[in-house]
Amino acid sequence: MSVLTYGYAVWSPIVWLVVLVVLGLIVLYVRSRGQKRYKKGTAQTDVFISGVQVPPAEQRHVPAHNIYWGFFEALQGFYDTMMRPHTGIINDYILWLVAIVTLTVVVLVMTG
Amino acid sequence: MMPYIPYNIPFVAVALLMGVSLFIILFKRNLIKIIMGIAIMGAAVNLFVVALGYRAGGVAPIYTSTPEGAMVLPVPQALILTSIVIAVSVIALMLTMVIHTYRHTGDIDAKKSRLLKG
Amino acid sequence: MEFLTVHSPALVVAVPLLAAFITPLISRIGNKFRDTVNVTFLSFAAFLMAVLAVDIYTSGTRIYTFGATVPELAIPEHYMVPVRIIFQVDGISIFMGLTTTVVALAALVYSLQFVKDETGQDRFYSLFMILYVGMVGLEFTGDMFNMFVFLEILSIAGAGLASYRVNLADAVEGGFKYIVISAISALLVLFAIGILYGEYNLLSIAALAHNMQFTTLDMIALALLGIAFVMKLAGVPLHMWAPDTYAVAPAGITPMIYTSSAASMYALYRITFTLYGGHFDTTAIGWIVIILGVLSMFIGVMMAIHQTDIKRLMAYHAISQSGYMLLGVGVGLAVLTDPVALAAYGRDAMNGGIFHIINNALYKGMLFLTAEAIFFRIGTRDLNRMGGLGHNMKWTTIFFIIGALAISGIPPFNGFASKLLIYESVFRFNPLLSVIAMFVSLVTLASFTKVFYSAFTGPEMSAYKEVREVPKSMLIGMGVMAAAIIFFSIFPGLVVNTIVAPATNALIDQASYINGVMGAVP
Repeated sequence: MSVLTYGYAVWSPIVWLVVLVVLGLIVLYVRSRGQKRYKKGTAQTDVFISGVQVPPAEQRHVPAHNIYWGFFEALQGFYDTMMRPHTGIINDYILWLVAIVTLTVVVLVMTG
Repeated sequence: MMPYIPYNIPFVAVALLMGVSLFIILFKRNLIKIIMGIAIMGAAVNLFVVALGYRAGGVAPIYTSTPEGAMVLPVPQALILTSIVIAVSVIALMLTMVIHTYRHTGDIDAKKSRLLKG
Repeated sequence: MEFLTVHSPALVVAVPLLAAFITPLISRIGNKFRDTVNVTFLSFAAFLMAVLAVDIYTSGTRIYTFGATVPELAIPEHYMVPVRIIFQVDGISIFMGLTTTVVALAALVYSLQFVKDETGQDRFYSLFMILYVGMVGLEFTGDMFNMFVFLEILSIAGAGLASYRVNLADAVEGGFKYIVISAISALLVLFAIGILYGEYNLLSIAALAHNMQFTTLDMIALALLGIAFVMKLAGVPLHMWAPDTYAVAPAGITPMIYTSSAASMYALYRITFTLYGGHFDTTAIGWIVIILGVLSMFIGVMMAIHQTDIKRLMAYHAISQSGYMLLGVGVGLAVLTDPVALAAYGRDAMNGGIFHIINNALYKGMLFLTAEAIFFRIGTRDLNRMGGLGHNMKWTTIFFIIGALAISGIPPFNGFASKLLIYESVFRFNPLLSVIAMFVSLVTLASFTKVFYSAFTGPEMSAYKEVREVPKSMLIGMGVMAAAIIFFSIFPGLVVNTIVAPATNALIDQASYINGVMGAVP
């Protein structure tokens, strides 16, 4: 039922689930060995950044446009090229449609 | 002797209408003009299908008391009747959307009224 | 029961249509009553779909001829060709029908609470039912012109629903773009139907496939039909309308419009496999589909990771996932005339592509619903302004995690099962394509990590302290989809053998589709 067989291999999610459960049990065990005697609500559970004043919640969170900053910086040229056709103007959408239809007609008539 | 009817005239008209409509849709930024272009394109396609069903010298395909001779094909006409009704509703819907766009952005230029891009 | 089985193809379209037209009337009685009636009607349609599915998986293709004395009588006496409108439901049609129905049920239940405070609810539900009818009709029909009509029905209903929130300026723009591209691609379809009708004097798909000559005109018609449907399914480079429309459509509608794209994909497969399959060398059109698929995967995901609007990001992912389906089935199409390659990997590639359709409809639909749940509570789609929502929206977070893991192809979720089928079989066809597919999967995971991090994790923001979990009906809508995802994850073998393999066979076996209608004709 759960085993997916095809030409050259098999895929069984049950095996994965068993592995995941075992890993989860190991993680839970390691976690249960941890320190339990800390006091909640005191300085022991506060955020600590090398003694620097902790900023408020809004400033501690990295906003989405800063995530993968280096990736986008490295691919600046690619994204500039990509943004050029994505104009958001409806006429351009139809221009692409006409262009691709023409191309496909040429290809199919030449090969078919 | 049947009068000679050049068969290709309707198809030349279809090509012309298609060209005009594509020119309008591709190069006119005014949203109302784009809708007009779509209407003309619809007319071109409808004319194409109706012209396919035409038989030279044919009569209307009404089966009761038809005169002698060939009949025009009824199926394309039935199809195009449906297509025209659909085109009317599509165009009405598009026009209402343009009115709302104008109310929100104060413009019906495809470039100036756009908010979504990238 | 016998009556239900025989008439189910027509009833499954007629019942929601009836609901669509009585909705404005009965909403005068009360909103609660209207909601109940709508859910009942759609559940009944789902029941009919299940009856039909059981019938098809046990006894093969079912034909319903409208206006005939016996529904199975496709060709009237003294005629050589079918003249009536025919619904021809085979493995792939019912597969798409089931997908559509599951998504529609979840989306309807989700919408009950979502549109509760909006105006014009009766029109919302009317259009919702009409959109469902359009999709099911497109998937069931065996007639070219009928296909055009249902395409227009789903386009008009979809555009109307996409711009349902006319008080938002961008909603109107998204709806307008959708209706313009739909109208133009539908006109291309009608033009191609005109070409085919002028050549063969036929409209039935089976009869056309029976008589196909593969002339130059046929090739032009194939290009028009194929690319028009590619536009509707948002394959790169014809995808640009999709983020605009998906991002602004109300919740519940985005999964529906996405599923209607899948229905257009079905139409593309029906045209290329059934109408033009057979004795024609499909390598060229197969490669066109593969190239469109690879472009969709790669450009879709690279654009997605760049977005900061949560629904636009997911919309680009929808494009990218469509690429997998095009790739898988495109490989099958390219090797259709080569029986050895088809048996070795073509069939598995198609299984993967088709399995991906239903997987994707489920988890992509659920991700859209979670995105809109966030919008429902905090009123913005901008990821930059989100953070720490996991503290208060626990169920939404769990559903999001399930969806994100499934879409990224993390085992043991169902996305992995279908992607594995695609990777391994495409690798045998062309290793480079398979490598691109894996890279795309990686970037998918990266971009969903970005969404998860910026929306759900982090400290609790003071602005969102009062945010509560979304209402029950919305949770139920998402829960239905999550349950389906988990079921599909645990039993991929069952799903592939019961519903996916018949769909693949139905696409490959063109002769039986033709025989279903033209059987009496020598």
